[in-house]
Amino acid sequence: MLANYGLIGLFFIIVALFSLSMPIIPIVLRYLKIVPSHPGPVKNSTFECGVETIGKTWVQFNFHYYFYALVFLAIDVLVVFLYPWAVQLRQLGLFSFFAVLVLVFIVVIGYVYAWKKKVLEWK
Amino acid sequence: MMPNLPMQAVPPDWPGGYWWHWLFFSILLIAFVVIMVMGAIWIERRGMGRMQSRLGPNRTGPFGLLQPVADAIKVLLKENIVPDSADKLVHWLAPVIAFAPVMMIFAVVPFQNGALLADLNIGILYVVAVSSVATLGVFMAGWGSSNKYSLLGAMRNVAAVVSYEMPLVLAIVGVVLVAGSLSMNDIVLAQDIPFILLQPLGFLLFFTAGCAEINRSPFDLMEADSELVAGFHTEYSGMKFAMFYLVEYAEAIAISAIITTLFLGGWRGPVLPPWLWFIVKIFIVFFFMVWTRTTLPRVRIDQLMALAWKFLFPLALINLFITAIQVLVWPDALPWGLIIVNIAIMVILVVVWSKFFKLGWGRLEV
Repeated sequence: MLANYGLIGLFFIIVALFSLSMPIIPIVLRYLKIVPSHPGPVKNSTFECGVETIGKTWVQFNFHYYFYALVFLAIDVLVVFLYPWAVQLRQLGLFSFFAVLVLVFIVVIGYVYAWKKKVLEWK
Repeated sequence: MMPNLPMQAVPPDWPGGYWWHWLFFSILLIAFVVIMVMGAIWIERRGMGRMQSRLGPNRTGPFGLLQPVADAIKVLLKENIVPDSADKLVHWLAPVIAFAPVMMIFAVVPFQNGALLADLNIGILYVVAVSSVATLGVFMAGWGSSNKYSLLGAMRNVAAVVSYEMPLVLAIVGVVLVAGSLSMNDIVLAQDIPFILLQPLGFLLFFTAGCAEINRSPFDLMEADSELVAGFHTEYSGMKFAMFYLVEYAEAIAISAIITTLFLGGWRGPVLPPWLWFIVKIFIVFFFMVWTRTTLPRVRIDQLMALAWKFLFPLALINLFITAIQVLVWPDALPWGLIIVNIAIMVILVVVWSKFFKLGWGRLEV
């Protein structure tokens, strides 16, 4: 079984080399004078709809997914617990079903609370 | 367009062993993805053209089949423009980081019984884990470009992926319950009845969430042309843009391949060789994605989030427990009669849950 993970690792090396080589090809072609390269101050300015960009881009601004991210974290951890249960459900039987029901119920309480608190509204 | 895959020659213990297996499948998978992406681009452009009462590209090669090749050559020879204010390293690495995990997904997708790079016993969990990494590349692109449209697009992408991750993984848990294994090959072997019939609601959830996860059209808010120019790849040109284009279609192919494996019986089918069935099914699923793209208008961002959190997620939980009860009642194999029951449950749940939503002109309130 461990050999399979070795295959995955080796495949990752191939994929990394392949995907790194793709942006390198145009660089090589540029030195061979096949791909043009004529940078200029206007061409290299940040794209904006007709005017120059005002201010920096990397500033703090309010984007509403932090609450979603928190709820997501709780539920995603729950789902990780569900996977081994799902594989073994036939052996574990009815008791495990109710155990998971209780586990999910606890998380769902939080989810319903978040819903009622209008956290799930995108404003 | 079909690659000639000598699949019959590849049992799991191939003579020459481990290294040949690795070399053969590595080359095969890369070739497979590139060729399938070209096929997908052709299907999308021609299919969309027909659906919109126009012809689509038809001049390069027979039926315009060589259009993706021509595009690839053209884009390779384009100038590479990087904005002065960009974070150069992040800007340069973003397409690489977006592309690599998409390729890694295909390592566990079976083309035929046992014909896959690595038959991991946690196959589908590996897919869930690896596919999430592509988002990092997208966010790096948005951040590194130092463009406000790009950053907003990337932020939206992260929000959408985070939200649609849960219905996606919960729909997978339903399949795992029925199959009793996480290995992709075992899931296919368990499908004497294709799981699309036993898990119709799961399929619907997975298809919707999958489309949102890879930002296919009804949910493509991160590159909404009318709002954000081109979203996270506004500042990309030349080969790096082409890589994002490639990632987009490779993701669509990956989701189609996973849907095929989980719900449509993978490589199983009569008469035709298994790998051909697999490819045909991938293209059928992909065609449905193109169809939804041409049919449905783009949703708003609040609708997007509401759909994930208030519609798909509760239904996914309900689907999970219904499936668990069915598996406990019939532990050996689910009977055929359940197909009708499950489809009825799906229709009732979707219709009833839709009543909670006021779609249309106003803001969406639940």
